[in-house]
Amino acid sequence: MTKKNYNFLLVGVGGQGTLLASDILAELGVRLGYDVKKAEVHGMSQRGGSVTSYVRWGGQVFSPIIGKGEVDILVAFEKLEALRYLDQLRPGGIVLVNDQAIEPITVKAGDVKYPDDALVRSTLTGAAGAVHWVDGQEIAESIGNPKTANVAILGGLSALLDTPENEWLETVRAHVPEKHIAINEKAFLAGREAVK
Amino acid sequence: MRRLLSGNEAVAHGAWEAGVTVASAYPGTPSTEIMEHLARFPGVYAEWAPNEKVALDVAIGAAYAGRRALASMKHVGLNVAADAFFYAAMTGAEAGLVVISADDPSMHSSQNEQDNRQFAKFARVPCLEPADSQEAKDLTVAAFDLSERFDTPVLLRLTTRLCHTSTLVELGEVGASHLYPLGHDSVQKPPRINTQWAAPKFPRNPTKYVMIPANARRRHPVIEQRILELAEFAETYEHNHIEMRAASLGIITAGVAYQYAREVFPHASTLKLGLVYPLPRRMIADFAARVERLIVLEELDPFIEEQVRLMGIKMYQPNEMNCYPNTKTIFPLIGELDPASVRAAGIKAGLFSPPPPPSLQDTSPISGVRNGGGGEGALPGRPPVLCAGCPHRSTLYILHKIGLPINGDIGCYTLGVIPPLSAQDTCGCMGASIGTAHGASVAGDSERHFAVLGDSTLFHTGIPALLNVAYNMSNVITIIMDNRITGMTGHQENPGTGRTLQQKETVQIELEPLVRALGIQRVTTVDALDVESIEKTLKAWLKEEGPAVLITRHACTLLPEERKEWLPLMVIEEKCNGCTICFRIGCPAILKSDKMDAKYNRPLAEIDPQMCTGCEICAQICPRDAILFREQMRALEEAEA
Repeated sequence: MTKKNYNFLLVGVGGQGTLLASDILAELGVRLGYDVKKAEVHGMSQRGGSVTSYVRWGGQVFSPIIGKGEVDILVAFEKLEALRYLDQLRPGGIVLVNDQAIEPITVKAGDVKYPDDALVRSTLTGAAGAVHWVDGQEIAESIGNPKTANVAILGGLSALLDTPENEWLETVRAHVPEKHIAINEKAFLAGREAVK
Repeated sequence: MRRLLSGNEAVAHGAWEAGVTVASAYPGTPSTEIMEHLARFPGVYAEWAPNEKVALDVAIGAAYAGRRALASMKHVGLNVAADAFFYAAMTGAEAGLVVISADDPSMHSSQNEQDNRQFAKFARVPCLEPADSQEAKDLTVAAFDLSERFDTPVLLRLTTRLCHTSTLVELGEVGASHLYPLGHDSVQKPPRINTQWAAPKFPRNPTKYVMIPANARRRHPVIEQRILELAEFAETYEHNHIEMRAASLGIITAGVAYQYAREVFPHASTLKLGLVYPLPRRMIADFAARVERLIVLEELDPFIEEQVRLMGIKMYQPNEMNCYPNTKTIFPLIGELDPASVRAAGIKAGLFSPPPPPSLQDTSPISGVRNGGGGEGALPGRPPVLCAGCPHRSTLYILHKIGLPINGDIGCYTLGVIPPLSAQDTCGCMGASIGTAHGASVAGDSERHFAVLGDSTLFHTGIPALLNVAYNMSNVITIIMDNRITGMTGHQENPGTGRTLQQKETVQIELEPLVRALGIQRVTTVDALDVESIEKTLKAWLKEEGPAVLITRHACTLLPEERKEWLPLMVIEEKCNGCTICFRIGCPAILKSDKMDAKYNRPLAEIDPQMCTGCEICAQICPRDAILFREQMRALEEAEA
């Protein structure tokens, strides 16, 4: 059975764990037998800027970055970033969006407004084939550690792909400190459950 | 064993496999991690030098001493190191010497985008360009072999999409199974030390290594001949190869552009170049003869394309293209490539027959800068800003208030240009701030000029500029923002931190004595978080003639020792009247509250305890004492306990 190829674009705000999530997603692809490329730009994480990471799973992956209109799944860790990168999605592509708003400096100290929720929802729904919501913060808090929100979001992503759960869990385990393995597994499974 | 490695990690592995024992560099995105990884391999001496020119001199000296050596830098770093690059090209060395240039198309974190393959042609030095992480490792090894075979430095040219992209790498038997922590004392040697130079004696060969005119005149023909020999060698070089597929389209390409060629034109034949200078003329002509239409697909400059045209080889050229001085046809000259923009350019040039369906015909490029705001319709921009607690914030706020020209420099403080701080009027390259301030000053500009730069930048190229202010007597007030680390590139050691890259304790250069030694006596150091001291000192100096230096000193808030001291502050709602002064420092931890001031109907200020570090800059400038200081927060905690 030929595996389906995927072009993932992960977007978020510095500090949310977007890049760690993309590390896990990339390693998972290798485990599953894909050729994988992961491309990111370093430096914005600490300074509150947008963080983006391209992860491609394929038979033989050439381009490290995904052209506009060629993203299969947009995984957005934050709502404004979901809107910002929505135009990268291919027609009928899928959005998994974390229900979190982090105001940029232009909103905090300036005059522009953060897009209101109704607008966010309608814009996403209008542009994507399917929109799935996950509340990473809430899930992470419910299982006892707010820092596992990014892994909870990955759990949500796993529910949208036809990929073995145990492979996900093994990859997550390999990327978190040993003492945090149990709690991260919990976060992952809770996220997976929430999106199923 | 196959592993996902970034291009930078792969280069480090390759350097170690090749037996590099000396590596010198200055941090610079996207190259920084090469050294950070290489420093952890056993048997490698790796250092941060104050600037790239020194770094390259160091690598050259090591290569003169018979050890394989490398210098690593971002593209603009080669501008700084150019003097050394050119003499190294003239002299050759006694062992392999590789210069790594990590270019940044689309300037994700740079002041420009320049195609450093041009340096190779300029200096008559061969240039290798890998297309993924496997090649990054393999071509690093190949670079040293090439360097020794032809007695020439070799330019290894990378780009952001190679450096920061992870692809699968076969590490092979000599691959290091693990990296040691920095500061380890393992004595394991790299696998491939040049055994024939086990104890080389430093050369006594002035004809080759002392470039007085008489000797240089003898060397120039040597390097021209060397390039001819390299061009011949290129014809059968294993890293240049033709991949024949359909004959209707042939693409000459290299580096990451090869990946876009394969992605967008999967059926086209490709001539993939690993050695991009000098070019294999006969191989190119042979390839051209085998395909119906020939194009070159490369990022930035038409480096390969111009040379192919010069060879007299006919390329496919849609009529409306080719207008000198822009000699690049078909693909964009500006910015990095991506599959969509390559496809769009291909469609416009008539390379697809029949053209792909309309949904794929999108002409707009991807990234550019999506953080600046305004580019993507009405969405609020999310520019990178100074971190909450950044010690630069106070100075930049005061400078903004004073309103005189601020000559800026490369570092975290460059972010001071972003509103509301809006505290930077010039910024061109490392160490330029002081020079441009001096220039405006001696030109007779009516306003007094400030120059701001950091500790690492001062060591980089600020020192000669400051010396110039003293020696040539201008009125410039320089502020050295000493946050005790090289910050923007991710916390690297520098001559002011007291530690080397490989974590050895060393001299810690003190700035005040240094400034005095450079000839400026009006110098003082204040705590960067002390707003009043900064303002008082600068205002007093503005009333006096002559140059001055203010050192604002406080460790970067993200350093481990500083993080331990984080203590979020709080706004007292009853005292806040929404005057917005605290918003003007542009701190991401200060939010507009939902609550409004009753009298003026303005949103109150609120502090985000997840982000606030307790630097107290906002508390100091609040005119109504509405923000609690750290001491008051502690008292509050104790009272509640």
